[in-house]
This record gives sequence, structure tokens and C-alpha cells, in this order.
Amino acid sequence: MGRFIRDYPTEFRLAIVLVALCVFLSLASDSFLTLGNLTSLLNNNSVNLIWAAGLLVVLIAGGIDISFAVAASVVQYVAVYVFSAIGGGNWAIGFLVAGGLGLALGFVNAALIHLFRITSIVVTIATFNAFFGLLMFITSGKYLYNLPDWWTGRVILFEQQAADGTWAELTLPVAVMAVALVATWVLIRYTTTGRQLYAFGDNPEGARRVGINIGRMQFIAFGWCGMMAGIAGLMQAHIVQEVVPNALIGRELDVLAAVVLGGARLGGGRGSVLGCVLGVLLVAVTQNGLNLLGISPFAFKMVVGAIILIAISTSNLKFGAIAGIGRGRH
Amino acid sequence: MRASIARLNRSLGSEVLGLFAFLLVVVIVFALATPQFLTLANFGSIAFQVPELGLLTLAMLMPIISGGFNLAIIYTANICGLTLAWVLFQFGGPDAPLWAFAVGGAAALAVGALAGCIMGLVVAYIGAHPILVSLAMMIFLRGLGEFLTRGSDISGFPAFLQPIGHGFILGIPIPLLIFAAAALIWHVLLSRTRHGFSVYMIGSNMKATGYSGIHTKRTLTLIYTLSGLMCAVAGILMLTRFNSVRVGHGEALLLVTVLACFLGGVDPFGGFGRVVPVVLALIILQVLSSGLNLLGANQHLSTAVWGLFLIAVMILRWVAGKVGTFNSGKG
Repeated sequence: MGRFIRDYPTEFRLAIVLVALCVFLSLASDSFLTLGNLTSLLNNNSVNLIWAAGLLVVLIAGGIDISFAVAASVVQYVAVYVFSAIGGGNWAIGFLVAGGLGLALGFVNAALIHLFRITSIVVTIATFNAFFGLLMFITSGKYLYNLPDWWTGRVILFEQQAADGTWAELTLPVAVMAVALVATWVLIRYTTTGRQLYAFGDNPEGARRVGINIGRMQFIAFGWCGMMAGIAGLMQAHIVQEVVPNALIGRELDVLAAVVLGGARLGGGRGSVLGCVLGVLLVAVTQNGLNLLGISPFAFKMVVGAIILIAISTSNLKFGAIAGIGRGRH
Repeated sequence: MRASIARLNRSLGSEVLGLFAFLLVVVIVFALATPQFLTLANFGSIAFQVPELGLLTLAMLMPIISGGFNLAIIYTANICGLTLAWVLFQFGGPDAPLWAFAVGGAAALAVGALAGCIMGLVVAYIGAHPILVSLAMMIFLRGLGEFLTRGSDISGFPAFLQPIGHGFILGIPIPLLIFAAAALIWHVLLSRTRHGFSVYMIGSNMKATGYSGIHTKRTLTLIYTLSGLMCAVAGILMLTRFNSVRVGHGEALLLVTVLACFLGGVDPFGGFGRVVPVVLALIILQVLSSGLNLLGANQHLSTAVWGLFLIAVMILRWVAGKVGTFNSGKG
């Protein structure tokens, strides 16, 4: 425990805040600590958490990705046409196609970053504009409703009826989210590649000199982020049962805020799956709590923003470090 | 000739000539593609469109040079516009007198400066990362604006505001004059003053700057305060241009301002970047957009082209860097 506090100070502090918030909400509202509410929290945040897992790897490797939410929209749209071209498909093909398309878009970012030595924020802001602009131009912003049945049919993994007759249920996106988080955790924690990602993010030049393949790191980090983006896109379309080309744009910054709140350092070398889950959940639980307390939905964002501001004002997420560390990556 | 080019590079930044060549190529291509391009009407519309994005880009520029970011610019501008609108409505809405505009404008500037100042204080004294601080401020201001307006449009302003957004002085659009003045102030501030020098030094190496006796915390606070002030100017201009205020207006411009800064050769990690090449980059973006528009494409294609253009420019800079080191290695 003592070691956990020392090694993960941000995560520890965040966990305390989250627990305190949950205790407060369960006292203030009857419906917070019910199975129905907790499962719907998980259902509603699975897409954000899948994205967060992908973004975390990029942040650890010292990069940043702005384009992932837009990439997810591109994947959704292309996937619809792929499925109709191959005559339907199923979940296995769906994951392969969405993950593969996302991976390809991530590789576009990685290739530009690595081959031409362009900084990741410049590349991903450029690809953000290019992906979104081309998507909207080619599709004219048209919505797609004719998704295959397997894609839109609800998959319930667990359900239970509460005493008052409401249903608590966990759906497919939660399982996918769990797999994505565990896979990311194993990747960054227990594989050589994962340890190399941390080393590369902390000190790229040092990592290069001990023989780490820099290009491989970029392709793994951005490929992973792209793959997660694609899978999150698949899940989001599954939940809302339609594909809207501009539905996901703008969510990248919310996810980024949550992941960085969870202790991933902008500039690389630090971050954990636990922290990124806590970061996303803190924002989600806050919104959920405001909703249950009957506060106007228009005020949600304001309170969330204020809470993030307060959270960072009381933590030790240092800025001075980034200027020196990022510099090595020209 | 060579000496004068070197002098130009020194005084305006080495990106200027390259960007100017780009601008020339873009103009020539569009002029050949469509006869409507080289017309007064087209350049008039460009002149009216550049300032809005331009003021916001200036607000983004100073934090980026200092090694940070200000992702809250759009919503700071919205909230400032909202402040002005609120004051105008306190004094009769469409019938508000001129002094109400003066009071409202001052209030808007104060609100912008305050939002920036809070960010600056958190960045400087807490040491939190500017991306995160400004992101939180952005979420907060967006929420505040949505809470206050319930997501609706606010319109119905005095007629005397119309000329600020649509009028001319000596044949030059007033928004363009405002932008030119703002860009000039920014240029002088960054290249001729103590504060400007400190901004570049902080962007290069904050620790060393602190040890050399510059009050880095005060400078950082001032950087974000000035950025907020510039957002307020943009917010006021947006109100007069569209004769309405809506929270979320100009949302799509946020990352375009960053794109314009990078296109103008600003170092994403801070320390380097000038106003003149960034202004040129803005003009290129707008010319691209209106040229494509005349050819029948929509704003979305322009967005895509902007992104691809940035990638192309970065690749060309990489090639130029390779060639440069190759030559200097030989000599």
C-alpha cells in the first residue's frame, strides 16, 4: 500500500477524491448506489474508456493524438460500406474491420511523425482536419441508418431486475471496454515493448542510444491508439444504432482531459491504466451525481470544468518538465 | 540581393519568403482556374473573413511561443461577447446608447482578461500543464455559457454596431483594420519589449529563464491574461459580424488557429515563432478556402485541404532541413 502511494501519487489522490464523491452521492441521493445506476454508468462510459486506453499509450510514448475521435467516425462510415460490400458480416469480421481500419489510420499518423520527424501534435491536428474535412466532403454529412442487424442488435451480458422493477444490465460495450483496458494494461506493464514505450516517452534520445527501435515505438503507440479508436467507433455505432459523421468530433478533448487528469504526463513516460479509468470515472460520476441531485443539465459542463480545474490546482502535475522533455523529439 | 534577403529573414522570420512563395503559387493557380478569383469582390470577402480567425490565432500564438497552449480561446471569446450583449440589454437592447457599448466593451475585455489571468495563475503558480488548465477552463466556460444562455442565440443589437463588423474606412474593411492593429501590437510586444523577450526565453527553457532573474511566474500570468484580452477583442468582433452571440460559435476554429500557428513556423514546444509568418499563413488558409469555394467546393473540403497543406509544408520543411544540413556538412 505504501509503495502504491509512492509510485502512483496522482492515482492515489484521485481514488480518494472519487471514493469521497461516491460516499457523498450515495448519502445525498437514494438512486446513486443502485445496481441500475452503476451499470448504466459503465454502459455510458465504455466508449470513452476504450478511447482513453488508446490515448494513454500514445501519451506514455511521449506523443499526443488529437485525431482519434474523428478517426473513429471515419472507421464507422467506411465500415458500413465494407459490411454491405461483403454482404453483412458478423461481430468477428466487425472487430477485424474496425480495428484494422483504425490501425491503418493510426499508422498514417505514425508514418508522418516518424518518416518526416514532425511533432505528433502538428501531425494529428493536420490529420484531424484532413480526416474530418474529407469525411464530411465525401459523405455530405449524410446519416446512415441501414446498419446490419448484428451491429445494432443489443447484446446483454448480464441483467437483473431490482425490487422496484427497473432493470440493471451490462451490455457488450462494457465487455469490450474491459478487454481493451486489460489488453492495454498487459501491453504497457508486462511486455518488453511496453517498458520500452515508457523509456521512449521519458527520454527518446536515451531510448534510441540503448537500442530501442524508435520507429517501432511510434507505430505501436499510434497504431494501438488508432485500433482502439476504431473499436470504440464500432461500439458507439452499436449503441446509437446509426452512423453520424460529425457525432464524435469534439469528444477528443474531453477524453484527453480525463486521461491527463488520471496522471498520464503530457510529455511522456508516465501514466497508468488505473489512473485513466479513475480520470474518466471522476468526470462521469460527477455528471451522474449532478443529474441525480436534480441540477440543471446546462450546468453540468460548468461544474465538470470547475472540478478539473480544482483537481489540477491541488495536484502536482508539473508543467516545467514537458518543455525540456518534449524537445528531444524534433 | 542575398544580404537583403538575409536582413528580411532576420527581421521577419525565415519562414516569410517560403510562405510568400506558397501564397503566390496558390493565387496564380486559382487565378488560372477561375476568372472570379482575381476580383475585388473576392478579395473583399477574404478581407472580411481573415480578422475573426486572425484575432483568435493571435490569442493562441503567445501561449504557444511560451511553450504552452490556450485551448479556451473560442469560449473565452464567446463569454466576452455574451458579457457585451448582457450589458447592452441592460440598457435597452437595440436602443442602447453608445456609452453602453463602451461600458459593455470594457466589461468584455475585463472578463476576457480575468479568464486568462486565472489560467495564467494556475499555470504559473501551481505548475499545472497549460493544455490541461486551458482544457478545464474551456469546459468550464462552455458550461457557463450554456448555463446562462440555455444554448440559444442572443441577437438584437444597436444599429451603430453594424459598421464595426461590416463597414469601411478609406475603402478598407474595419475588421481588417482592427486585426492589423492587433497584429502590429502583438508584433511589437513580442519583438521589441521586455515581456516579449521573456516569452521567448520561457518557451526555450523555463528553468534557465527563472535562474537568470526573469520573473517567470509573473510573465506566464501576463501571457495568458493578454491572450484572454485578445479573445475578448475577437468576441466583440464576432458579435458585430454576426449580430448575434451563441456559445459554441466558432468552435471549429479552435484547432485551425493551432494549425495556422504551426503553418507559420511556430515551434510546437515554444521558443520560436513570429507574428508576420503567422499572418501570412492565415492569409494562405483564407485564400485556399475562398478559392475552393469559388470552384464549387464547400468549407469541409477546405478544412481537409488545410490539414493536407500543413502536412505538405511540414514535409517540405523536413526536406529543406535535410538539404540544408547536407550543404553545410560539405562546406
